[in-house]
Amino acid sequence: MPNRKSRRWRDIGVKAMENKEKKEKKEKIPRQAMPEQDPKKRITNFDEVPYGYAAEIAMTEAKRCIQCKKPACVAGCPVDVKIPEFIKLIADGKFIEAAWKLKETNTLPAVCGRVCPQEDQCEKVCILGKKDDPVAVGRLERFAADFEQASGNIVIPEKAPPTGKKIAVVGAGPAGLTIAGDLVKLGHDVTIFEALHKSGGVLIYGIPEFRLPKAIVDAEVDYLEKLGVKIVTNAAIGRLKTVDDLFEEGFHAVFLGVGAGAPVFMNIPGENLSGIYSANEYLTRSNLMKAYRFPEYDTPIACGKNVAVIGGGNVAMDSVRTALRLGADNAYIIYRRSEVELPARKEEVHHAHEEGVQFKLLHNPVEYIGDENGWVKQIRCIRMELGEPDASGRRRPVPIKGSEFTIDVDTVVVAIGTEANPVIPKTTPGLDVNKWGYIVTKGEAGETSREGVYAGGDIVTGSATVILAMGAGRQAANAIDTYVKTKS
Amino acid sequence: MVIEAPEIARKRKAGQFIVLMTDEQGERIPLTIADSDSEKGTITIIYQIVGKTTAKMAQMEKGDFILNVLGPLGHPTEIENFGTAIVVGGGVGIGVAYPIASALKKAGNKVISIIGARTKDILILEDEMRKVSDQLLVATDDGSYGFHGFVSAVLQNVIDSKEKIDIVYAIGPVPMMRVLANLTKPYGLKTIVSLNPIMVDATGMCGACRVSVGGKTKFGCVDGPEFDGHEVDFNLLITRLRMYAEQEKQAMERYRCESHGK
Repeated sequence: MPNRKSRRWRDIGVKAMENKEKKEKKEKIPRQAMPEQDPKKRITNFDEVPYGYAAEIAMTEAKRCIQCKKPACVAGCPVDVKIPEFIKLIADGKFIEAAWKLKETNTLPAVCGRVCPQEDQCEKVCILGKKDDPVAVGRLERFAADFEQASGNIVIPEKAPPTGKKIAVVGAGPAGLTIAGDLVKLGHDVTIFEALHKSGGVLIYGIPEFRLPKAIVDAEVDYLEKLGVKIVTNAAIGRLKTVDDLFEEGFHAVFLGVGAGAPVFMNIPGENLSGIYSANEYLTRSNLMKAYRFPEYDTPIACGKNVAVIGGGNVAMDSVRTALRLGADNAYIIYRRSEVELPARKEEVHHAHEEGVQFKLLHNPVEYIGDENGWVKQIRCIRMELGEPDASGRRRPVPIKGSEFTIDVDTVVVAIGTEANPVIPKTTPGLDVNKWGYIVTKGEAGETSREGVYAGGDIVTGSATVILAMGAGRQAANAIDTYVKTKS
Repeated sequence: MVIEAPEIARKRKAGQFIVLMTDEQGERIPLTIADSDSEKGTITIIYQIVGKTTAKMAQMEKGDFILNVLGPLGHPTEIENFGTAIVVGGGVGIGVAYPIASALKKAGNKVISIIGARTKDILILEDEMRKVSDQLLVATDDGSYGFHGFVSAVLQNVIDSKEKIDIVYAIGPVPMMRVLANLTKPYGLKTIVSLNPIMVDATGMCGACRVSVGGKTKFGCVDGPEFDGHEVDFNLLITRLRMYAEQEKQAMERYRCESHGK
């Protein structure tokens, strides 16, 4: 005991010296680039754009991490991934162990490594980023997770003894998959109910193959099933059975992670013309139903030559890049603000630019004009300018009078956001929603106005990111665990 | 086609539909539930071969599996005792009209059913409809059975007979529903139609099934499938139903070639 303090001080002293030495060496290693498919080639296929790190590059990048004692990156992560620890394992060549370390806190590392906005989370607060580029946490996460999947050496972690508690998770998207993984590890009997015929939610129907290969999602879902999670597809809760039916069937708690599934349209003239899609429909046809492989797959999709996508978020970028791959000669982004306000990740905007997407910024559609067959042929747009900041803090776009003009198009994708699907709130008496239809929760644990019913993800926050939904799933998991254990 | 789907069979109500997908490469298509047997755990759907999916279904044999069946979807028909209800079914629409007529009868309505088909051989559910109706009127386009002409002419006769009518249900091909809605409008007869727009997920997520009702955009899957026939923009519905006409033809031709090769 008496030695403890002095030893600790000594350790810290030694570590500090080591760190100083390492730091001097490490600053010479630049952030490792990730090889990508050539833009000209990749717009002719749906294969993933970045190839991922090779082992040597991953180790080089991992060695850039200075292993902070108080890692800001972990605090920046919604699911508290043990970032310095998994990176250290990669640096030491222990790739499988790195993957296991990731899975201690993250159910879907191969997904997060690809689609998390690391630049706004872990990498944003990385200490190296102050003077240099931050450690490529996302790329390393992807590397370790892919390494594990490719090795086939999937280890199922030990689970707590069975608690005898049954928990229903509604929706097999990021929030639902995360909470299911957490709760099953805690010894609960977990069943996911999914309305579509495949699990993954937005990871399956929304995000395209070239950004998130479906085999990766399938493997992560497969892992959950190996953990013991039961998944019932083709089960639309609210229609086939209600939340109350689930309690009657013997479930002790219900988690609602149903997403914000309903598409938003602008309600401007001509919006129902043929050839005009919601992004949800366009992407669902292409991704879930594999319409990009029509006629091998039965579901069709309009392969327009002049395609306009309305909106500037990640979903808009996914849509416009899908249009290029379906054979568009001209693929436009029509966005009412300017480049700096684009809500999409920089990386996605960069990819879109590289691939030849034409950005019509400070433009807004006011009307769609159809041909004699009721098919869209033109968009009437108005030019915008930025005025005073609005409630979101961004400068409000204001139409410039008399600046209307038309753009020739044959396909339009409306990607301006989504809203709550009312089916579950309407069929669940006593479940409070706010004026937009999102489920009201108390605190961060996802507790709703109904006892034993928890909610998280887009159905609570409105459209957000995969990782925030996963974070919500994580927090609700802990709350549900406590709830079912304390309630006899 | 009778499908084993016990949970759907227990829960479904008149007017609701399912979405099915025959196989991994298949398309998701909506089909209205014509009947169910909660004891046997089965649902019945009635379809016409109009494209590749229905052609594949026709090739299926007893005991085969359908990969995915989702339901019951959509709002059930609002059933109450209106007084006298007229239920018009055309073609395979009779399959949809039948559970509605049956439910209306159970609720105490006087049910007058009018069913029609192109010709006698393809007229379906005549006996079933007769059982749930106080009066059954039949029409065929070619005059091979019953009244020679369209169901609209039969409905006009009923209206002209000064029968007190409280509500009309019209289910069948879109042109038929349009004609019937136009027919009843001047008389102020409330007319409910069941729409069949193209759908993908059918849970309110994609908006493929957008229809215009009273100048407002509605989703056929979650707001419908039944709407006030006097408010529906049938031209838009017809246009949107034709959206993939070319691809549908291509898929059918390909399917014919493939199944021929086997």
